[in-house]
Amino acid sequence: MNPGIESEQSILEIRVCRGTGCESARANQLLEALNKEVADKGLEDKVRIKTIGCHGFCEQGPVITVEPEGLFYCKVDEKDIKEIVESHIIGGKPVERLFYTEPATGEIISKYEDIPFYKGQKKVVLRNCGEIDPGSIDEYIEKGGYDGLKKALLEMKPEQVINQVLKSGLRGRGGAGFPTGLKWKFGRGSKSDKKYVICNADEGDPGAFMDGAILVADPHAVLEGLIAAAYSIGADEGFVYVRHEYPQAVDSIKKAIIDSRKRGFLGKDILGSGFSFDLSVKEGAGAFVCGEETALMTSIEGNRGTPRPRPPFPTDSGLWGKPTCINNVKTLATIPIILRKGAEWFASIGTEKSKGTAIFSLTGKVKNTGLVEVPMGTTLRHIIFNVGGGIQGDAKFKAVQTGGPSGGCLPADKLDLPVDYDSLTQAGTIMGSGGMIVMDETTCMVDVARYFLSFTQAESCGKCTPCRMGTLEMLRILDKIKSGNGEEGDIEKLQEIAITVKEGSLCGLGQTAPNPVLTTIRYFRDEYEAHIRDKFCPAEVCKALIKYVVVPEKCIGCGACLRICPANAITGKKNEVHVISDELCIKCGACFEVCPPKASAIDKIPAHHGGGH
Amino acid sequence: MQDLSRADLAEQVIPSLQEIQERLGYIPREAITWLADKLHLSEQEIYGVASFYNNFRFTPPGKHHLRICLGTACHVQGGDRLLAATSEKLGIKPGDTTSDGRYSLERVACVGCCALAPAVVLDDVVHGRTTQRSLKRLLDSIDREDRKAKKSEGGSQ
Repeated sequence: MNPGIESEQSILEIRVCRGTGCESARANQLLEALNKEVADKGLEDKVRIKTIGCHGFCEQGPVITVEPEGLFYCKVDEKDIKEIVESHIIGGKPVERLFYTEPATGEIISKYEDIPFYKGQKKVVLRNCGEIDPGSIDEYIEKGGYDGLKKALLEMKPEQVINQVLKSGLRGRGGAGFPTGLKWKFGRGSKSDKKYVICNADEGDPGAFMDGAILVADPHAVLEGLIAAAYSIGADEGFVYVRHEYPQAVDSIKKAIIDSRKRGFLGKDILGSGFSFDLSVKEGAGAFVCGEETALMTSIEGNRGTPRPRPPFPTDSGLWGKPTCINNVKTLATIPIILRKGAEWFASIGTEKSKGTAIFSLTGKVKNTGLVEVPMGTTLRHIIFNVGGGIQGDAKFKAVQTGGPSGGCLPADKLDLPVDYDSLTQAGTIMGSGGMIVMDETTCMVDVARYFLSFTQAESCGKCTPCRMGTLEMLRILDKIKSGNGEEGDIEKLQEIAITVKEGSLCGLGQTAPNPVLTTIRYFRDEYEAHIRDKFCPAEVCKALIKYVVVPEKCIGCGACLRICPANAITGKKNEVHVISDELCIKCGACFEVCPPKASAIDKIPAHHGGGH
Repeated sequence: MQDLSRADLAEQVIPSLQEIQERLGYIPREAITWLADKLHLSEQEIYGVASFYNNFRFTPPGKHHLRICLGTACHVQGGDRLLAATSEKLGIKPGDTTSDGRYSLERVACVGCCALAPAVVLDDVVHGRTTQRSLKRLLDSIDREDRKAKKSEGGSQ
């Protein structure tokens, strides 16, 4: 069969991914070039070019798919566009060299559905991501969008909607895992002349991009869920609180709101149901703590985003003292399909206590980085090694981090743990919002713990002393250990302060801030001990414990290191051996990175061992 | 503004600050006075809110604004080393602007480009898979463009 335009009447649809990953790999230039090439060749009637949100496989970006065949072009360059148009669109011959090659087998795979990264997943919430043009409400509707809402508004009472969500077993995808239906029931039960719903899109967790990706790729699903939530609890006004750092997401949701309003899904007397609801967008201003629901509301009210004690819970007294129901982006994006396909269908996916699917942004030292969705209960091993394809450079797996600054790091012997709320909590980490960062032997666990703690310490709003001072004191101890000045008893001191911080803080930030430290001590205590006793960083990360040296026998005197060194710490004439000055070196590793592989003349060695370890 | 309640006025604080920064690139001292007056709040209240949030800056940004992402994925992939090298190269600490006003450097918690870590954002354009070398090239190309622009500007005058 000839898939090109020569075959009768087949219109090809070329989808250009504009998720953050592909966009950072210059997808916008691809799109421009593609539009131009198609216009130049007069092919506008033969192909349809469409932009999509995150297709998932960011590592292979920029990504272009060609439908209806489902062909997958990866790492496409602007220069490849001409060939795609001439060979594939006009000639009917797909450009094979842009297909994906499975590294494990060397097999060339043309369709994305056959690629192990996609095959190992189950797309439920992400079903539209990479499928539809997020800017087109019509495409969303064509895929069954707003059907669930229609059913809810026109055929069901609010209590029935709540029951449906309760029965589905959906738990909050923001991380804590509170049953969504129960939250709605509480919101419904609160008596008030005014109620609010809020979509929490303040995805502050560093190293996670699921919520932003969904807002960009399928904004109407989030809106549909939010409108259903408003109908259920009886709210007439709502907000989407979205991170300012996600300009694409802000634009996407704003456009969706306008389009949705035009079609009568928002505003007065929605679909003739008598129910009225409208909402607006609030942009966050860069405070991690505002992801906490009470802090978020304080921020919408225009104050410093500090949390307040619960109870009263927001469903009793929230925004401006009125009952308020706050749900995460993923939670809301799950609602439409539950309404459409039913609670039983949804509850058939997942485990006994964790229903449905889990969405992760899979990043770090894993081969296939990207946006991933799997049924709850899937093992970490499946996610990292089957979907993720294993560790970059086939290095050794060391740890996986979930839950961001509130979560923890799990070692290799936990790889067969099923991913669900309860198993992860038992192991010392949390499900979290969906960040999953894979680490290998070049990652120092003390450094990772210090990284998270420096983050939470800086983001602590300062209201509770144990959080404000405790995290600072823990950070000081970690800095001491990292700099080679650790002492016996430091680990115990960290554990002791951690308990105080956890127990003495009002909100989730403080209550969970010590988790990365506690789990790394629990599973990687030997690394702490190596830093403290031997002044040795096994992963060669902690700057005070390593130094960079030029191996004289290997140096070819090319000058690459000398030119890149920002500290002018390297000297040496061309074609002669170069030398790094210990005094001037800031240990940024630039020389290590640029030294030509054929020479590999820069070595990282323990600082206190005089070169011989 | 008179008929708005105190809560309504307070709600305006953050969006107003965002608009000011959008237009001016930072929040000048005078803007706080102006906003306090407009919203019938004290300057302390406005500054108290502004200083709480990481996005607001109180000094003008450089001509080129470089943000280096230090989200977890970027940290694990060497974002902190990129920051150290760039900070040394530009001779400024994160949060500062070079004395010639050309560059401001900032560390940012996460720009959502985790899958292609480490990421940097130069003048609102996100660059993924950044290496020490690609970042140096990026800055060198900006330098070249600026020199060229300056030259043609000088020539046309």
